[in-house]
Amino acid sequence: MSADHHHHDHDHDHGHHHDHGHHHDNRYTDMQARVRALETVLTEKGLIDPAAIDAIVETYETKIGPRNGAHVVAKAWSDPDFSGWLKRDATAAIASLGYAGRQGEHMRAVFNTPDTHNLVVCTLCSCYPWSVLGLPPVWYKAPAYRSRAVIDPRGVLAEFGLTLPETKKIRVWDSTAELRYLVIPERPEGTEGMSEEELAKLVSRDAMIGTAIAGAESGEKRP
Amino acid sequence: MNGPHDLGGQMGFGAVSPEKDEPYFHAEWEKRALGLTLSCGAFGAWSIDESRHARENVPPADYLAASYYEIWTRALEVLLERHGFATRAEIDAGHKQIEPAKPKRILTADMVPGVLAGGGPCDRPVETEPLFQPGDKVRTKNFNPATHTRLPRYARARTGVVEAVQGSYVFPDDNAHGKGENPQWVYTVVFDGGEIWGEGADPTLTVSIDAWESYLEHV
Repeated sequence: MSADHHHHDHDHDHGHHHDHGHHHDNRYTDMQARVRALETVLTEKGLIDPAAIDAIVETYETKIGPRNGAHVVAKAWSDPDFSGWLKRDATAAIASLGYAGRQGEHMRAVFNTPDTHNLVVCTLCSCYPWSVLGLPPVWYKAPAYRSRAVIDPRGVLAEFGLTLPETKKIRVWDSTAELRYLVIPERPEGTEGMSEEELAKLVSRDAMIGTAIAGAESGEKRP
Repeated sequence: MNGPHDLGGQMGFGAVSPEKDEPYFHAEWEKRALGLTLSCGAFGAWSIDESRHARENVPPADYLAASYYEIWTRALEVLLERHGFATRAEIDAGHKQIEPAKPKRILTADMVPGVLAGGGPCDRPVETEPLFQPGDKVRTKNFNPATHTRLPRYARARTGVVEAVQGSYVFPDDNAHGKGENPQWVYTVVFDGGEIWGEGADPTLTVSIDAWESYLEHV
């Protein structure tokens, strides 16, 4: 299911269900109207502050994103002491760079090696390390990824354009509890002498989920 | 519960379609849905476990057709009604009709940085020693509760190895239903792909879950 399917074709989607006799709750055919009604009711009751919603959105659009995680990875590549700390106590090591808080309270860093590639999923909901990667992409929360990452990870990786050697072990981490996983990709060859800032540019969001490896400049535009 | 959310190993959803340079939000209402969910969570009336269970209870056909922010919104309405903050009739009408319950906290804009930075840690001390140690062979229980659990169906009645003792945490199976936090030790348990998927499984695959102690038995 593409993001397009999820969003732009939503009305069509629901019409489809009516045709098949599913009694869809038509409260949700127009999400813009439904959510506006919800916000209006809660505002009239004095239960919410619309400016708080603005502040939350602004935080996750401009302040908290995968550049945080890329900083962690670049530092791990550059500083063996930091890398060791990350292995022993990822929550504290990551907090030392200023990244903590919601959906990053209990962090674990998992390191790719020449033998093993790590891949993170939440089959049961959408658990994701917000403090270092920001809000999750649509595909991470959608059934195709959540269903297949645990049974056919190589097939999933191929859809991201990543083909691993047949002998490489794949470890899938299903985030079933409150631990949040950050993949530390392998440092690309030929990057000796690069600064942390230069290295961070090689680390994409997907490389820290495990659906990519580090390499060419990620071109990441998110914060 | 064996709900639509428990997706591991299901088939038929097609290819994963990553969107290049995906924006964080695909519509304005998604921004409001995120903010409303976090703002109402700040009331202190329900736990993350109760909210997850409310999402799992979205009817299966709707759950699978909905975007994640729609799932959040549907669940939020259920929680608001259950805890006396807003009725479905009010939301249908789009205006306040009755006085709401009094929340423990109302999130104002000035509180947002502190609340997001603080998060909601759910590690809690327990008085017992861990029953299992790294290297122990364990079997997950076979059960099918109608209530909330974080043991996925694909990982029930499977034999694996404890890799790490991860600390002690609120037990969601109880906490989702107002039965208290009742913390337990949590372990990372690793399974061979073949143990889970049997014939034809990828021989290079291992899968781990994070399992509360009561999900596990010694082998």
